[in-house]
Amino acid sequence: MTLDILHPFSITFMDMMNFATHIGLAHFLLLSAVLFAIGLFGLLTKRGIIPVLMCIELMLNAVNINLVAFNHYMPVDDYSGELMAIFAVAVAACEVAIGVALAFRIYRDRGTVNVDDLNSLKG
Amino acid sequence: METGIVMTVANLIRGILMLILGNEFIVSVIMKLIGIGAMIGVISFAAILFTYTERKVCAFIQVRLGPNRVGPRGLLQPIADMLKLMSKEDIIPYGVDRVVWALAPMVLFVPSALAYAFFPFDDGAIFADVNVGIFLLIAISSQSVLTFLMAGVASNSKYGMIGAMRAVATSLSYEAPMVFSLLGIVMITGSLRMSDIVAAQQNTVWFIVLQPIAFLIYLTTCFAETNRTPFDFVECESEIVAGAFTEYSGMRWALFFLAEYANLLSISVLTTTFFLGGWSGPILPGFVWFWLKTIFMLMIFLWIRWTFPRVRIDQMMSFGWKVLLPLALVNVLFTGVGIYINRFM
Amino acid sequence: MTDVLSFIHFIVNGVMDFLVSIGAPDLIMAGIFYLMAAVTVLSALGVVLMRNVVHSALMLTASFIGVGCLYIYMNASFMGAVQFLVYGGAVAVLIVMAIMLTRRPDMAHSNPSRGALHQLGAAIVAAVFCLVMLIVSMASPFRTEASHLGDEVKGIADLMLTEYVLPFEVAAVLLLIAMIGAIILAKGVSENDA
Repeated sequence: MTLDILHPFSITFMDMMNFATHIGLAHFLLLSAVLFAIGLFGLLTKRGIIPVLMCIELMLNAVNINLVAFNHYMPVDDYSGELMAIFAVAVAACEVAIGVALAFRIYRDRGTVNVDDLNSLKG
Repeated sequence: METGIVMTVANLIRGILMLILGNEFIVSVIMKLIGIGAMIGVISFAAILFTYTERKVCAFIQVRLGPNRVGPRGLLQPIADMLKLMSKEDIIPYGVDRVVWALAPMVLFVPSALAYAFFPFDDGAIFADVNVGIFLLIAISSQSVLTFLMAGVASNSKYGMIGAMRAVATSLSYEAPMVFSLLGIVMITGSLRMSDIVAAQQNTVWFIVLQPIAFLIYLTTCFAETNRTPFDFVECESEIVAGAFTEYSGMRWALFFLAEYANLLSISVLTTTFFLGGWSGPILPGFVWFWLKTIFMLMIFLWIRWTFPRVRIDQMMSFGWKVLLPLALVNVLFTGVGIYINRFM
Repeated sequence: MTDVLSFIHFIVNGVMDFLVSIGAPDLIMAGIFYLMAAVTVLSALGVVLMRNVVHSALMLTASFIGVGCLYIYMNASFMGAVQFLVYGGAVAVLIVMAIMLTRRPDMAHSNPSRGALHQLGAAIVAAVFCLVMLIVSMASPFRTEASHLGDEVKGIADLMLTEYVLPFEVAAVLLLIAMIGAIILAKGVSENDA
């Protein structure tokens, strides 16, 4: 049942109720899009290093939900989607470790965690 | 195949409920709720019993009598403790982060209680027999690390901060050897289900015979994970007052206490399940064997707590990373070689 | 006695049949999904909007736990356990430790955001992204049927050790490199160490 976006008035209330009560791939895609968007908003607006790291983690989580949802709802014959998500989790953990070490070092050497002040490569 | 005592009683209750209500689904839901109530009952009963048991065992090891005033032989001591804790003033220190500080004891109790859903109490008597039982159990137990940080950081106290940092260092350092020591058992069983692990020990030897090094490593890491002596610098009285729990009084502290004793019972149950054969045994019913083995392991944990002195934190960290982790990895290697030889010879 | 019992049976079975006829099982599953999705999304909003960075980190942990529960909802319980263990048990702790090590004097306002115009621009970008994803996911065929793939742990293990063994080994080397790199970055290398 596709949604014909050129004729929006052909969606009935029963169609919407049917969509809302039967959880499918679209719901997970929407959820991951909202999570990614929130992470993106935080990434662009936050001023400290650690909040920026946290928003990056949110975005990585959104991507992982996407991968696992596709693996669960599409007619595939193996678990490669979940495997990719597991590797993404491993890489994200590495990245957080390095990011935290960098943040600690920057705070110790420069005394600030404001990303606006970290604009010179020297020193 | 005859089922154990717990499943027989459960089927009896299910039969009575079917007679009254007549609908499969509602009866299943009510049985699940009864299961949850039973688990919480076990936790509460264990917590009440262990306050008395620990103090008595500690006293006998230290050649004294322990609580013997309240009731015959001091058996009503836990009730006195409970009444005392309930009647204490709830002191909220100045400058604490209110929401986080108040939530920390409650959030700490959740993983400790949730782990009970994965324990095989008897043949078929697991509340949630999932395919990834042991892994999910480890994952849920690892959530309690952050709550120590919550309690310590929100307490606005130096003892709290130091205790919280020490708790996190201990828990993180000893999680890796714990998981790798359990990996040997999982390799021999070939499955992550808790009921498969018990079934694999049922007709052959117990895993303590096949994996003695893993048993010792697991025992040591259990002490570290539940912050008991010799690894209890997290809350030792002589150094940092009460560590992360310094600023809690009355019922809030009682919640921490409850979580600690729930953890103690859960490590006893897990050691019997993984290494001592769970509920399997020759003559007595499975339920009786389960509790006999659990109480045996519990007595060993209490015995070691009151016999050994406390280690220093740097000794603990170097022991965990430099001794236990390589030993656990070597154990996994030998287990793999042994399984290969066993399968292809 | 028996007709009281059969009357109770009649009522209970009638109520259950009615609930099944209005689609209650799907409703309950959908309700569980919406509950967990709400927890995840509200925690993510809390990460971005809270002024105290410690509160932000704890809301991030709640978001991780919500995502893990969603994995378990999708019958990917191994992935859910990995999420709890790695994200909730390690990444969250790392972030809180980093906050502890980079403490400012006033913790209650330690999570500043940029100006209002900046936030408006970022919100517009995020909203446009969401809108595009909404249109894309609505215009594709709805899939509500789960794929029945067999035992998850066995499936992942078979894949990881046969077809994807190279990424597996590379991930192991990457973790080692990250560990060494983090230690060197945090500890520092001085002249007498080399």
